[in-house]
Parts: sequence; structure tokens; C-alpha cells
Amino acid sequence: MRFLLLFSRQGKLRLQKWFTPLTDREKKKVIRDMMMLVLARPPRSCNFLQWRDLKIVYKRYASLYFCAGLEDKDNELLALEVLHRYVELLDKYFGNVCELDIIFNFEKAYFILDEFLMGGEILETSKLAVGVSMEEADTLQETMEEYMSKPAY
Amino acid sequence: MPAVSKGDGMRGLAVFISDIRNCKSKEAEIKRINKELANIRSKFKGDKALDGYSKKKYVCKLLFIFLLGHDIDFGHMEAVNLLSSNKYTEKQIGYLFISVLVNSNSELIRLINNAIKNDLSSRNPTFMCLALHCIANVGSREMAEAFASEIPRILVAGDTMDSVKQSAALCLLRLYKTSPDLVLMGEWTSRVVHLLNDQHMGVVTAAISLITCLSQKNPDEFKTCVSLAVSRLSRIVSSASTDLQDYTYYFVPAPWLSCKLLRLLQCYPPPEDGAVKGRLVECLETILNKAQEPPKSKKVQHSNAKNAILFEAISLIIHYDSEPNLLVRACNQLGQFLQHRETNLRYLALESMCTLASSEFSHEAVKTHIETVINALKTERDVSVRQRAADLLYAMCDRSNAKQIVAEMLSYLETADYSIREEMVLKVAILAEKYAVDYSWYVDTILNLIRIAGDYVSEEVWYRVIQIVINRDDVQGYAAKTVFEVLELVVGRWFGSVLLGRPLVQFNLLHSKFHLCSVPTRALLLSAYIKFINLFPETKATIQEVLRCDSQIRNSDVELQQRAVEYLKLSSIASTDVLATVLEEMPPFPERESSILAKLKKKKGPGAVSVTELDDSKREAGELNGGADRGPDTASTPSPSADLLGIRSAAPVGAAQTNAGSLLVDVFSDSGPAAPSAAVNDDGFLRFVCKNNGVLFENQLLQIGIKSEYRQNLGRMYLFYGNKTSVQFASFSTTVSCPGELQLNVQSKPVEPLVEGGAQIQQVLNIECITDFCDAPLLNIKFRYGGALQNLTLKLPVTINKFFQPTEMSSSDFFQRWKQLSQPQQEAQKIFKANHSMDTEVLKAKLLGLGTALLDNIDPNPENYVCAGVIQTKGQQIGCLLRLEPNAQAQMYRLTLRCSKDTVSKRLCELLAQQF
Repeated sequence: MRFLLLFSRQGKLRLQKWFTPLTDREKKKVIRDMMMLVLARPPRSCNFLQWRDLKIVYKRYASLYFCAGLEDKDNELLALEVLHRYVELLDKYFGNVCELDIIFNFEKAYFILDEFLMGGEILETSKLAVGVSMEEADTLQETMEEYMSKPAY
Repeated sequence: MPAVSKGDGMRGLAVFISDIRNCKSKEAEIKRINKELANIRSKFKGDKALDGYSKKKYVCKLLFIFLLGHDIDFGHMEAVNLLSSNKYTEKQIGYLFISVLVNSNSELIRLINNAIKNDLSSRNPTFMCLALHCIANVGSREMAEAFASEIPRILVAGDTMDSVKQSAALCLLRLYKTSPDLVLMGEWTSRVVHLLNDQHMGVVTAAISLITCLSQKNPDEFKTCVSLAVSRLSRIVSSASTDLQDYTYYFVPAPWLSCKLLRLLQCYPPPEDGAVKGRLVECLETILNKAQEPPKSKKVQHSNAKNAILFEAISLIIHYDSEPNLLVRACNQLGQFLQHRETNLRYLALESMCTLASSEFSHEAVKTHIETVINALKTERDVSVRQRAADLLYAMCDRSNAKQIVAEMLSYLETADYSIREEMVLKVAILAEKYAVDYSWYVDTILNLIRIAGDYVSEEVWYRVIQIVINRDDVQGYAAKTVFEVLELVVGRWFGSVLLGRPLVQFNLLHSKFHLCSVPTRALLLSAYIKFINLFPETKATIQEVLRCDSQIRNSDVELQQRAVEYLKLSSIASTDVLATVLEEMPPFPERESSILAKLKKKKGPGAVSVTELDDSKREAGELNGGADRGPDTASTPSPSADLLGIRSAAPVGAAQTNAGSLLVDVFSDSGPAAPSAAVNDDGFLRFVCKNNGVLFENQLLQIGIKSEYRQNLGRMYLFYGNKTSVQFASFSTTVSCPGELQLNVQSKPVEPLVEGGAQIQQVLNIECITDFCDAPLLNIKFRYGGALQNLTLKLPVTINKFFQPTEMSSSDFFQRWKQLSQPQQEAQKIFKANHSMDTEVLKAKLLGLGTALLDNIDPNPENYVCAGVIQTKGQQIGCLLRLEPNAQAQMYRLTLRCSKDTVSKRLCELLAQQF
């Protein structure tokens, strides 16, 4: 996998993960092209399309589009399930995840992704294993009281 | 204040995000961001030392601002400070910031690397994983330099936690991709391969990605992975859906791992060990069988995971291309998917069938689905599916169905989406040329194409059509007539030759549309006009009038103005003779690689059109332009120079084929027609006696093309080695040897040891002929492909006749010399049956290709051919005379050679007897 993008129906980018080095300019171009291509597609189209030499796999979950750029040899159907597994993991962590969760906890969305993918390859497919390591991380964090007592600025 | 924070939610961050979301305009957002940036800057610069929490919060805010699309040029140092925090979340945010906003400041990198080093040696698995993630996310060369040697150690160490092993494997993969030279597996190799046996499925899943990548580059070192992968796959495939616990995904056991195993196996040829192979075939059959079983769940996730494995298995079957039984089953399975209600499956089936169509075992089976595919092209709602259908039609097209497919593609073009029109046009043009059985069909198709999709027809298509039409006299009349009827298109070049009768009427008809034409067309029209004057002097006055009028001679377009002025001048000054010479018909184009194929290739990017496909079409194009159905008047020539030029744009010889301009220019610089190739001959060597360029050798892996030139006793041969596979050839080496007492001096430089998949490399041989010779030098090629050492030896087509200098002489000279060479051993003679066309032009071209001068009016019998030449060796010159007497009725030849050296007569006679 070369990249993973999350964007909303309105064309707001919510998450970008790049697995190969690109310049900022190239990244912007990819983001623009992906949104243009994917958002323009009628509902119930197939989830795959060709863009330059990459296979694009995307899927809409509620208001969010998950969009991955695959290399020639990658398996499209499985990539679709990578996206699904990611949504499941987000869901498990946030409980009924919605776009707002990802906006306000963008760093968590990145951390969960890191537990699951590395360098564009799948790191761990077990939901249990990923869940455990996220929980572990959370136990290392502050309590709610600590949180509420923190200054707002 | 939203309550959507979890864990260590940062209140200030949430407030800030809220504020941004509430901004009503872009300006308000920018204002709010600038305010925040100023705030953070002052905090970072302030005297008061910030605590870890604040630092984390501000760094996180900067990250958020960056992800909104704004530039961030500070905060790196604070992020680096967070790396050394003992608090997990602070460290985590620090690493995230570094990963997203990499900075090449060397001082910073030193600090970052230090922090990573500490975490890697901390023995705290969570910290180690964070550090490995950071290395993988940044993946720079500096990172590789610092850590490439450390990570394999972590990967194989006995006491490393599973989760760390997983991260280490993928981190190493990432570094290997950016800096393969720095990642040296060496002693670790076998332990890494054995990770395939690891008990932890997650470790296997991560490790196999690494192993697959390493295997592609060093197939030999990793080939033990094949049997391990097969047994692992077999265990998964035969396991019940609950056996693998959490690695079962929607009732499918370990789909990710299964697919990766199948993908790894695609790096290698079929296993040689019978037992391993049997086990693998069993697995593949089981996977195909499972596709027919009722689904265990109605969820799309279940069917996706199951079918992902199925498609990967089919890819492997296609890769092996050796099990007809499995191939046909795969094809049938894909056939089912073609009609599946899931659009995704239809899309993938079309895609996968494209590769299946190129296998000889399954090509016919694929063709049986033609109606379904045509239907898909017509009725699919989704353009990306339609595009796949068009791709498949292109791939399955052959002589038997070309007319149907081209017709369908043309009719689809009428309504095709703009995004894929240009590509469709190229494909139609290529197919029409490749499979043209009669020229009227070809011309009709191309003109239809231009009518339907004129704007999308690139210059390359135009030039290609012109090339073909000019090379075929018999098609010119038809083409011009058709064009004339359409009258939308006028190409001056061959136009002139066919307008018979009532020229003035035709001129007026033509000129009446002049003002409607584009500038390039007008330019061509002006050229056509001057040809009118040449052919039909009665039109001269009218046309001069036209040229003289202000709209031409003072045209604002420089090109048109120049043409008008020059043609006017030419028509009034030049005598009819001069005019006739200037406007003589174009010589035939030397055959070359189709410029449109090159264009399609360019459009699709490297690797999209395989070498095989190119070559295939070339062969076909050769047939079209000079093959079996060649008319008696053709002097067109498959191959010379052309063959190799376009295969890779990097091929350094000759003019760049992709440049449309040069296409027309280099017609004049090319040395003109050489010998046409004989019909297909297995022996590459003999095909090159009368020609210097072409494909010498080809198998499934490798294509070798040659291009050679000779002067006096010296020659230079360019060898082009093309890797037809997608896998690198390693340890590629070539040696040229001269067996026995071969009197040739051949020098070459060693070639690059690596030939990437799809790439072509070139080698130059310098050849010197010392004295005359019979044997040919041998070319030995060795390389490693997919673990196996490939070794092949070819005869290089360097024959004595290559060193011919043609000698012109009069009839009396010829017979005088003929008599002088009258000793019995100086003459060699052979009577043999014709193996190829006895057509005059073909014979002439071959004799010219031989390198001798073809002498006219010498032999009393005009049917006979007489040639003379001198062979140049370092030590001596050898005069040679040749006489070839065809007997058309008996389909026989008598060939006689007389040379000043008896061995040469004999050798030439042997070589030539197999050419006609």
C-alpha cells in the first residue's frame, strides 16, 4: 500500500498516511486527485479504480471515505478488508466511532493505524492483539480527574 | 466543549479544534490559527520551562495545524524533547510529530537517532515498537545508515517479544526498500526464512512481507522459503474456520497470511520437488473447490476475504502457466465472476482474465467469454468496469475475432467516456493494424475511428496510417478514394497519385473545403495542390491563382505563407522535369515499430505493455506489411533499425520513435529498404544472413535483439537484452567466444549484472575480420532468474558476407572476371528448391541485403540475377561473383558462386542456399 487517506463527503481531509516518500506538492496533488475521483463516483459503483499506475481502493463508511492507493501486486479485495478492519478497530476503541471522534482524537486515529499497518504492510491482523496494545497504552495515561484539572490553554 | 475525548484527552487541544470547526470562513480559520501559532511560539520561547504535558499539548496542536494544510516551521526541538520523556503518551506524540514533519536538520537528526537508540535498547516492548515505527515512518537513508544493522538482530533474537519482532520485520522491509545496499541479511538469512515457521501468526504475517521482498531481489538465498510456505499454506487451507482463533476473519482462516504466502510463491517457478508441488497443487485445488461451496456467512467481509485468496491463487496459477487443468478451472471460475452480481468481482474477474488471455493454455477458454465481455462494455454502469472490459477485449483479440472486437470497440467509442477515449483510440488503431486481413477493412476502420473520435486521434495514429498506406501501393487507391469521399481529411502525400480524370473538377471540390480546414490540414492541402500541377499541367493556372491570392501568400501563419510562396515559385520557375523530381513519390517507409504502440506504452507508463506484447504485435505487423500475403510490388521491409528502436525509449540508437516529428524526417536518413525477412525460421542465425537487424532470440524470459553495421573489415553489433519478466535477472553476464580457428576478433565490454524486470540493456561488440571464416562466434548468456541459473548459447549472426563491399561493373568486365575464376575449386554450385517467395522484389532485396552489388543487364537471361562484391578481411580482399537462376515453373534455383578463394565460395554457397 502506498497511502491511506480519510476524507469526508465535503472534501475535508481527516487523515493522511504515506508509506513512500513524496514531496508535499506531490502529496497535495494525490489528495486532490483522490477526492475528485472518488467523490465524483456514483453510489454503488465498484470500489476499485485505476489511477496512473496505482490501483485505488475506496469505501465509504457513513460520512467518511477511506481510500487506499495500492501497488500493482497488491490484492484489492484484501485491501478493502484492511479498510474494514481499521474501521472495526476504531469502532472498538471509540465505541461506535463517528467522524467527530477522528477529528478530535486525530492522534489516536494515527496511533491505531500504526498498530495495524507499518510501511504499508499489514502488521497485525488480530483485532484482539491490536486492541490489547491500545489498552495498554491507555493505562499509561492520566486519569479523568487529571484531565479535567488541566488548564484549557 | 465536546465530550469526545478519550484516554489522555488534551483539553486545550479539544477547545482549539472546536474553535476551528466553528469558524465560519476560511479567513476566520486562518486568523484563529495565527493566534494559536503566536501563542505557542511565545510559550516555547518563554522563560518558564514548560512541563511535559504542555509541551505535548502544543506539539499536538502544531501537528493538527499542519494536517489542516498549513506550514509549520518550528516545534521540532520540543517534539524531540518529548522523545526522551518517560511518559508513554508524551513520547508517542513526539514520535508522531517527528514522523509526520520530518526535518533534515542534521543536529536534530542526531538527537532523534539518539532517542531512538535509547528506546531500542530499553527492553520495554512498547517503547521499542514506537522507535521502530518512527524509523519505518521516516524511512530515510540517514535512518537506514543508523539502524539497518541493528534491526535484524532484534528481529531474530530469541528473547524479543512477538510484537517487537513484527515491527522489526516491517521496519527492516521499509529500510530495505529505500536503501537496499545498507540492509545486509547475510548470516541472518536462514533465521529470517524460518520465521515462516513461527508459532505466532502475527509474526509470520509480518515476516512474510519482508521475505517476499527479499526473495524478489535474491531468489537463490531465500529459495528454502518455498517449501516452508507451501506447508504453512497447506496447514491454513485445510484448517477449520475456528482453528486459528483471532486470525480467522469472518469465518475465513487467516486470509492475509494466505494471500501473502501465495504472493511469495509467485516469486518462484513451480517447486521442483514433486512432493512439495503435489501439496501445493492440492492447496490450489482446495481453494478452487471452496469457491463452489455455499458461503459460511452472508457478510460481504466473508466473501471478500474468501475471494481475495481465490484471486491470489489464480494469480499463482497464471504465474506458473504450466498446469492446463488448473488454468482452465481458473478461467471457468473467473467466467462465473464475470456474471456475478457484485460489481467488484466483475471488475476483478475482467482484470485477472486479461493476464489469463496471454497464456497459450487458456487463451481459447478466455475467448469463449467474448459475448459476456462485450456485453459488459455496453451495459456496465461503472466506467472503471467498462475500462477493464475494453482492456480484456484488447487482450483476447486475435485473428479469429478481430473484426467483431474492433467493431464493438468502435461502436463503444461513440459514447465512451472522455477519460478513456484516447486510450481506446490507440487500442483500436493497434488492433486494426495487427489483425488486418484486407486493407480496405483497415482503412475503413481507421477512417471510422477518425470520424468518431477525431479529437482523440493523436498524431502517432495519423503517422502510422500514412506509413502503412505508403508502403502498400494496392491500398493507396482505396485509401485516397475513401478519404476523398469523406473529404474531412486530406493527406497530401499519397493524394496526388490517385486523382485521375477531371482534375480541375476535383481540385475545385477540394478547394471548396479549404477554408474549413485546420492549419496543418491546409498545409497538407497546399502540398497536394503542387502535386496537382505536376500531374495535371492543365490545373496550373488555376492553382497558381489560388496560391497567389492574399489569403495564401500573405497568410498570418508562417508555415502556410512559406508553402504558398515556395510552391508558387516552384511552379512558375521549375521545368516540368525538376518539378517531377521534386514531387516524386515518397519511397516506402522502412518498417518500424508501430509509433502508436509506443504511445500506448508511454501513456500507460513503464511496464504496462510488456515486451512480449510489443514483439507480438511487431511480428503481426510484419505480416501485414510484408508477410505471406505480400503483393508482387512490395519492397517493404519488416525490421531493420526499427525493431529495437522503440522497444525501450532508452534504446540509444537512431531517432526517437516517440517523437512524431522525427518519424517523417528520418525516413530520409535511413538507408532504405534492406532485405525482407524470410518466413519464420527456427534458426535465428540463418535469418540474419541477408539482414542486419531484428530479434535474434526469444523465449519466455529473455528477448535478444541485434542491430549491426559493417564497414570494410570492421563491424559493430549492438545487442539488446530485454527482460520480459517482471522479476530482476541477477548475475547477468555474457561472453563471446570464437570457436576453433575462427578468424574474427570480437571485443566487448561486460554488461550490467542486474537487469530489472521489463528493462532492456545494451551491449556493443566490435568485430574485426582477420581472414575469411566459416564458423560463427558464440554468445553465451548466463543469469539467475527466480533461483534458477539460466544458461544459453547462441550463434551470433556474423557471416562472411557481412564484410562485402559491393562492386559495380560492366557486362564485359563481369564475364572477363567470371572466366578468370574458372578453376574447379573456385566455383561452388547448388541446385535447390525454393523455400520462400520467388517474387522479384523479394529476391532483389535479399541479394542487396547480402552486401553485394546487384548488377542489371549483364546476364542474357533477364530472369537471372547477377551480383558482384569484394570481401574485405584484414589480410586480403576476396573477389566474389554470384549468379542465381530461378526457375519459376519448377520452383527451383541454381546458385553459382565464383570467388578468388575456394573456401569462401563454398561457405557463401552453403549460407545462401538456405535463404531463397
